[in-house]
Amino acid sequence: MISSERVVKIVLFLSSLLIILVTAGMVLSLMNGSIPVFKEIGLRFIISSQWNPTEGSEEYGAMAFIAGTLMTSFIAIIICFPLAFSTSLFIGEYYSGTRIARIVGTLVDMLAGIPSIVYGLWGFYVLRPLIVDLGLNAQGFGIFTAGVVLAIMIIPYATSISTEIIKMVSSDLKEAAYSLGATRREVILNVLIPNARSGIFTSFVLAFGRALGETMAVTMLIGNANIIPDSIFGAGNTMASVIANQFGEAEGLKLSALITIGLLLFVITGIINGIGKLIIKKFNS
Amino acid sequence: MKTYTLILAIALFFASCGNSSSDSVDLTAAGATFPLPFYNVAIKNYSSTTGQSITYGGVGSGGGIRSLKDKVVDFGATDAFLNQEKESEMPAEIVHIPTCIGAVVIAYNLPGVEGLKLSNENLQDIFMGNITSWNDEMIAATNPGITLPDLSVTVVQRSDGSGTTYIFSDFMSKISTSWADQVGRGKSLKWPVGIGAKGNPGVAGTIKMTEGAVGYIGSEFAFAQKIPFAEVENSAGNYILPTLESISAAAQGEIPTDTKVMLTGSSDPAAYPISGFTWIILYKEQNYNNRTQKQAEETVRFLSWLIDKDAQALAQQVHYAPLPEPTVAQARAILGSVVYKGQALSK
Repeated sequence: MISSERVVKIVLFLSSLLIILVTAGMVLSLMNGSIPVFKEIGLRFIISSQWNPTEGSEEYGAMAFIAGTLMTSFIAIIICFPLAFSTSLFIGEYYSGTRIARIVGTLVDMLAGIPSIVYGLWGFYVLRPLIVDLGLNAQGFGIFTAGVVLAIMIIPYATSISTEIIKMVSSDLKEAAYSLGATRREVILNVLIPNARSGIFTSFVLAFGRALGETMAVTMLIGNANIIPDSIFGAGNTMASVIANQFGEAEGLKLSALITIGLLLFVITGIINGIGKLIIKKFNS
Repeated sequence: MKTYTLILAIALFFASCGNSSSDSVDLTAAGATFPLPFYNVAIKNYSSTTGQSITYGGVGSGGGIRSLKDKVVDFGATDAFLNQEKESEMPAEIVHIPTCIGAVVIAYNLPGVEGLKLSNENLQDIFMGNITSWNDEMIAATNPGITLPDLSVTVVQRSDGSGTTYIFSDFMSKISTSWADQVGRGKSLKWPVGIGAKGNPGVAGTIKMTEGAVGYIGSEFAFAQKIPFAEVENSAGNYILPTLESISAAAQGEIPTDTKVMLTGSSDPAAYPISGFTWIILYKEQNYNNRTQKQAEETVRFLSWLIDKDAQALAQQVHYAPLPEPTVAQARAILGSVVYKGQALSK
């Protein structure tokens, strides 16, 4: 007879093992697919910004896409931070438990459920003409446009998690501070933020990770020019977007180049998460 | 690989739930998206009159070639013929059957401007970024009587790999040596200027939304959506508006017996110069992967119908130019060379 305790243990173990196997399998197949690139182009692939799929003068490099990905994601996180942070304070602290906080909270969660193609359409038909009218860019496509839409897309991720973290800060601590005569602003700055900062930071790392991999909405707005953007308003392309665009007709070295970009995206996401974890450790120590 | 799995899944689906009576076969095919509207309406029509079920997956020319190479389809479809080298990579001899003629139009968005003409030099300068404003004197010189606005030129191109891009870049390579040297031909390119959008709808939508935009779109899409497009200078120096007649005229000249030719830059004085065949590809020896004779027969029967009058009339309804008579005869001859275990199939 196997005890039920044991069954639970085995099931849990197998599920975790499955996740490890799936991740390892994906990394392995990406690495396998990128072998031709490293054989023929080598590490230059990472730093070169040349992307020429024309037969006879084929040349591939990932730098233009790495630059596009990082630029759009940083623009997104810079715009996202003040909005998401204030909203989470609003929901989690100032108006915590009130009707208005619940409504705002639900709306923010709803933002997370909107398919990215809808954000893309909104960006295409609403935001892009606005950017043209403001005179930021002649046709409205570019890094900045994509970054703004990305920012709106990642706000719900950062907000939801930050709100939960802010709510979790012990009320004993806050009340102790109030009893010493602290104002609300002082409590937030000196009690709430120091206690919640690592959690809040984590929420923005997760949001950033989401921005790195977003594809559809970015493709519709970034201009899909396979070059290093000349300014934040210039057209460019991201790693996820070039893969989505070019995968259909790719073969041979080009296919391998796209798979390698996938691998690099995986690595970059890993590095960002790693840096995030390091900073959190610093916060906690 | 993804395509392979997809097609396998589709095939399995049909194998498991399709009618299982032994004397009917299901045909599967995959390939180019350019002729997809034509194949869709043709297959629908054919299936309803003959009861023959055919599934065509619009996965792109590359995917179609891969599927045929992997022997998971009865036939594939491509907008660019396979050159000697590519053909030798296939596991067995294949044949190309042209099915209709499409074209690539130069669409533009210039408020108040109608009937824009573009010379070969204009096209080169616009798409290579040498001309940046619409009131450039070079464009004005080809368009006397038209007041061109002071708008900056925004080139819009396909961001995904596409047969449309191949036909366009093939034409550009023929009319401009600097294009041929610096850009070349291919399903996706290293563009000197411009922004990319996905698919014909993406390019068309971007042009429609952007004043001063110019780009290339598959004619079937542009005709159906009534998008304004330019008259293009052909090799006789005439400015030709793309119509089914002028596109068809591109195939009037001498066509090699295997029909493997790009129709761009046709010498016919009435021809629209950015035109091209689209092909069905299949194995000459139909006995592969345990295919039955019935399957081979049905494949050839459908393809013979596809190049025949009824189907060619359908092609025109969805805005493709029909094959001229001599080309149909050539295509019939090629189809006649398809065999099963060495025995001729078509009648």
